[in-house]
Amino acid sequence: MAPTAGGQGSGARLRSDGLEGQAGSGSRAGSGSRAASSAPAESGSAAEVGQTSSRVSFQTEPARYRHWRLAIEPPVATLAMDVAEDGGLDAGYELKLNSYDLGVDIELYDAVQRLRLEHPEVRTVVITSAKEKVFSAGANIRMLATSAHATKVNFCKFTNETRNGIEDATANSGQTYIAAVNGTASGGGYELALACQHIMLIDDRSAVVSLPELPLLGVLPGTGGLTRVTDKRQVRRDLADYFATRAEGIGGARAVAWRLVDEAVPRSEWDQSVAARAQEFAARSPRPPDGRGIQLTALDKSRSGDSIGYRHVSARLDHAAGEVSITVRGPRQDAPADVRALYHEGDAFWPLAVTRELDDLILDLRTNELELGTWVMRTEGDSQRVLAYDRLLLAGAGDWLVNEIILYLKRTLKRLDVTSRSLIALIEPGSCYAGSLLELALAADRSYMLAGQFEDSEPRAEAAAIVVGDMNLGPLPMGNGLTRLHARYLGDPDALDRVCKQVGDLLLAEDAERLGLITFAPDDIDWEDEVRIAVEERASFSADALTGMEANYRFSGPETMETKIFGRLAAWQNWIFARPNAAGPDGALRRYGTGQRARFDRKRV
Amino acid sequence: MPVAADYGEKIPNNVRLHEDRRLQRALEAWQPNFLSWWDAMGPALPTRDVYLRTAVNVGREGWAQFAHVPMRDYRWGIFLAERDQDRVVAFGEHKGEPAWDKVPGEYRADLQRLIVIQGDTEPASVEQQRNLGATAPSLYDLRNLFQVNVEEGRHLWAMVYLLQAYFGRDGRAEADQLLRRSSGSLESPRILGAFNEETPDWLSFYMFTYFTDRDGKYQLGTLKESAFDPLSRTCEFMLKEEAHHMMVGTTGIDRVVERTAQLMAEHDTDEVVGHGAIPLKVIQKYLNFHYSVSLDLFGGETSTNVANYYTAGLKGRWMEERRRDDHKLTDDSIMVDALTEEGEIGQAEVAALIGLNTDLRREYIEDCQSGVSRWNKILESAGLPQRLKLPHVAFNRKVGAFARIEASPDGEQLSAEQWQHRKGDWLPTDVDKTYIRSLMQPVYERGKIAAWIAPPRHGINGQPFDYEYVHLT
Ligand SMILES: [Fe+2]
Ligand SMILES: [Fe+2]
Repeated sequence: MAPTAGGQGSGARLRSDGLEGQAGSGSRAGSGSRAASSAPAESGSAAEVGQTSSRVSFQTEPARYRHWRLAIEPPVATLAMDVAEDGGLDAGYELKLNSYDLGVDIELYDAVQRLRLEHPEVRTVVITSAKEKVFSAGANIRMLATSAHATKVNFCKFTNETRNGIEDATANSGQTYIAAVNGTASGGGYELALACQHIMLIDDRSAVVSLPELPLLGVLPGTGGLTRVTDKRQVRRDLADYFATRAEGIGGARAVAWRLVDEAVPRSEWDQSVAARAQEFAARSPRPPDGRGIQLTALDKSRSGDSIGYRHVSARLDHAAGEVSITVRGPRQDAPADVRALYHEGDAFWPLAVTRELDDLILDLRTNELELGTWVMRTEGDSQRVLAYDRLLLAGAGDWLVNEIILYLKRTLKRLDVTSRSLIALIEPGSCYAGSLLELALAADRSYMLAGQFEDSEPRAEAAAIVVGDMNLGPLPMGNGLTRLHARYLGDPDALDRVCKQVGDLLLAEDAERLGLITFAPDDIDWEDEVRIAVEERASFSADALTGMEANYRFSGPETMETKIFGRLAAWQNWIFARPNAAGPDGALRRYGTGQRARFDRKRV
Repeated sequence: MPVAADYGEKIPNNVRLHEDRRLQRALEAWQPNFLSWWDAMGPALPTRDVYLRTAVNVGREGWAQFAHVPMRDYRWGIFLAERDQDRVVAFGEHKGEPAWDKVPGEYRADLQRLIVIQGDTEPASVEQQRNLGATAPSLYDLRNLFQVNVEEGRHLWAMVYLLQAYFGRDGRAEADQLLRRSSGSLESPRILGAFNEETPDWLSFYMFTYFTDRDGKYQLGTLKESAFDPLSRTCEFMLKEEAHHMMVGTTGIDRVVERTAQLMAEHDTDEVVGHGAIPLKVIQKYLNFHYSVSLDLFGGETSTNVANYYTAGLKGRWMEERRRDDHKLTDDSIMVDALTEEGEIGQAEVAALIGLNTDLRREYIEDCQSGVSRWNKILESAGLPQRLKLPHVAFNRKVGAFARIEASPDGEQLSAEQWQHRKGDWLPTDVDKTYIRSLMQPVYERGKIAAWIAPPRHGINGQPFDYEYVHLT
C-alpha cells in the first residue's frame, strides 16, 4: 500500500508545489455510507432486496472510466491519470491530487488488460498524469484511515497484482510501460512509476519522487515500493533507508544518481523526450505490426446473494457454512483447428473466456465475500478437449494473442495463489482436471479425488481421472518462478520426474495418490463425510491463522520480487495496519491531517 | 462383500447394519483382527462354553438372553439406546439446538479423542484380567468374570462402531490402534496408566470392578449427555452393562466381607488368616489402593480441555438434565481441592467450567460411599464394631493438587519420611499380596467355593449356585 505525502500536519517542505495534502481540511468529514459511483457497485436487482451494502464490481470499459484517459496513437498508448475527486467508491473521502482508491485501480487494471489483449499495435504504454504538477499522491489516506482492516488488505493485494501485471506486460508481451512522472509522485504514485520499466521525472525544481508513508503515516509503502527500490532498481540500501524516511522526497539529478528514476528531463524538453523514449521502446517490441486485436466484451454474468454465474464458471455461496462451491466447466466444443480460427472466436474462445470469468469471480469473492473462507473447486467436462485447447495454445505460442491468453491464465492462477481463502479441489467422475485446469487442483491447499465410482452413478460413468499436460510443465509458473508441480515436489526431483513421465496419461485416483498429485483418495463410501468434515473443520479454525499457514505453504522454494511483495512486504504492512501506532486513535494514519501529532508506543516488537 | 443378512446374524445390532455398506466393509476388516486379539489377549483359561448373557436387542426382552456359548462365538453386538427424534443439546453454547446425528467437522478431533480414550479402556480391562480364570473361587465367579470380559469386548465394539461409522478414514485407523495397543506393553501401552497394571487376584478384581469400572460409569455418564447423538445413545446402553459389572464388584466385596465377618464373629478374633480368609485390615488396604488410584482417573481438579468439551457440547456433567442451573456455567464458580499457599490441604475457588473434573469426582465419591456403607452393614449385622471407610481424597494421589504431598487416610499431611514409614499400614504390602495370592486356588467343582469368600445369595438368571456355569475343556 502506498499512501502519500504532502500533508499539512507534517513539516514537509512541499508547500511550494502547491500540494495541499490530499487529506487536508477540505475533505468531507465522517465516513459516509457507500455510494455507488464510477465503475463499481452494481445496482441490486429486485431479487436482491435485503442485501445491504452494494458490491464492488470489477467490470468496466474505457467509455466508463472516470479516472483515466486512454489515448492510443500506435505504437504508443498514453494512460493519463485524472482522478475525479468526487469519484471515490465511498463518499467518506475526496480523491484529491490524483490519489486513488480501489475504484481508480479497477479502471487501471481494465486498461492494462485491454491494452494487452485488444491492442497488439500498442508497444509502449506511457503512464502519466493529466493534472498540473502532480503525478499521483498515492492511495487516498482518508480512505485508508477509515477503511476496515480487511478492506485495506484486499485493496493492497489487488493494486499489487495490477502492478505485477504491468511488469508482466513489459517482460513478456513486448508492451513496455514508461512512467512519465510530470509532477510529484509520492507514495503509491511513485510505486506505480516503479512498476514501469523506465521512469522519467520532470526536472522543474519542484517535482520529486517520495515514499513518505513511514514518516508521515506510520505505515509502509506496501505496493511493492520497498521491494522494487532495492530489488528492481537496485538502490543502495542505506540510500533507500534515507529516501524512505524523508517525507519530502528527492528530485532532479540526485534522484537519477540514486537510481530512483532513470532520467530527469527539463520541462522544455519533456513532451519531446517522452515521445522519443516511447518510440525507442516500441521499436524493440516483438509485437506484430499488423496484429488484429480482439474485443473484450462485457462478461455474461449473473450475480445474486447466493450465486454467481457465467458461461463456463459458476459459484454457489453458502453463507451459513462459510463456503463457496465453484464449478469450472471445460470447453463445450472441440478446439478450433488452428490459431486463425481462434481469432474468429474472439473473447468467446474457451481458454480466454474461462480465464476472464475465473478472474472476475476471484476478485468478486475476494472483495465482496469476506466470510466465505473456504472455496471448494470442481471442474466439469471433457479432459481431452481441455488438452486439445492446451495443445493449440502451446503450438501457437509464437502468436501474440495466444501468448497473451497463456499469460493471462498464468496471472489469474497467481491471483488464486495469493487469495486468502482455503482452497479445496474435489476431483470427481466427470471432472476435467487436465493440463491447464489441473493447475486449479495443484493450486489448492488440499485435493480429494474419488477412488472408483459413486455407487448411484450411471453404470457407464468413468472413474475420475486427472491428466498432467505440458501446460503444467512451464508456461504457468507461480510467483516464485516455479511451476506448481515443481513447488509441490520441492527437494524431490525423482517424484517430479515420475510425474513428468506420465504426461498425457489418464491418472486414476490410486495413481494420482501414489504420485502425490492429490491429497486423499476416499472411495464412494467415505467421500461425503471426508469432504464434509474437512470443510467444516476448516471453517472452525482461526481465519487469520489459516491465511498465514496457507500463504506459507503455498510458496515453497525461492523468493522472487513477487513473493517478497506478497509475503514479506504485505505481511509486515498488514501487521502494521493492525497496530495502534498506525490504526489506533492516536496512530499516525488516523491522526494524519488532523493537525495533531501521532503518539507512538515506543516499544520495539 | 458378504451377504448383509449374514452380518445381522453374526453381529446383533439395531443400527441397520445390513443397510450400511460403509460399516459392513469396515467391520468386515476389523472383525478378524478383533477375534485374533481376543484369542491372544482375552481370557487365558481354556473353556468349552460359558453361561452368558447376550444382548440381541435393546428392549426388555432382548437385552438379556442366556445360554451356554463358546466365548469365541459370542455375538458381540452393536446397540444404541432408542433414538429420541426431538432430543436437543442440554448444555454448553449449543444448548437448545437439535442434537447432532453427524460429527460436526469443527469437533471431529475432540470427539474422536474422547471416544478413543474411552474405547481404549475397554479391551484394556480384558487384558488386565486375562489370567484370573486360573484362580477363580467358583464356577459362578468364573462365569461373572467372563461375562464382564465379553461385555468389555462389546464396549470396544461399541466405540469401534462409532469410529468406523462416523469418523471416516481417521476413525478406521484409530479403531485398528485400539487392537494394537495392549495393557502393560512396553512398546504400545494402553493410554491411561491405571489400565496397564495386571489385575493379579480376585480381591483386586472385585475392587477393580467396584471402583475402577465405576469411574468408567461416570465417564460414560458424561458422554451420554453428548450433543453427538450416536455417542450419547451408545453410552446410554453401555451404562446398563456397566451397572452389572459393578454389581459383580459390589457383591464380590460383600461376600469377602461376609466371609471374614462370619469367621471373626464365630471365633471372636480379628485373626482370620488361620481360617483361610482375608483380614479386614487387608480388605481396607485394597480398598484404599483401588479407590485412590481410581480418583486419579478423573484427572486434575481443573481442566481447560474438559471446560472446552463442555462448552462445545461434547461431554456434559453427570445427570446434566437434572441440574438446576443455566447449563452453560459461564458465570459460576466451584470450590476445588487445592493446596493452600502454606502448602496445606484445602480448597480454592475456580470458574465452574474449569472445575468440572472436580464436580464429576465428587459425584463418584458419593457413589463409592454407598458401597462402603453396605459392607459396614454386613459387619454390623455380624455384631462387629469394626468398620471400613473411604480414605481421604488426598491419600495416595498421583494426579492433581495432592500429587505432590503425602497424606494419611484421615487426611493428615505427612512428610515423605513419615509416609515411607507408615504406608504399609494403609496400602497392600508384599506380605499382604503374597498372602492373597496364596489364597487364589481355583475351585472348578460345581457347587463348591473357596474358603475366603462366601457363596452368593442367588445364582444367575434364576439358576442355583451349583449350576454348571462354565464348561472347561
Ligand atoms: Fe466397559
Ligand atoms: Fe466395565
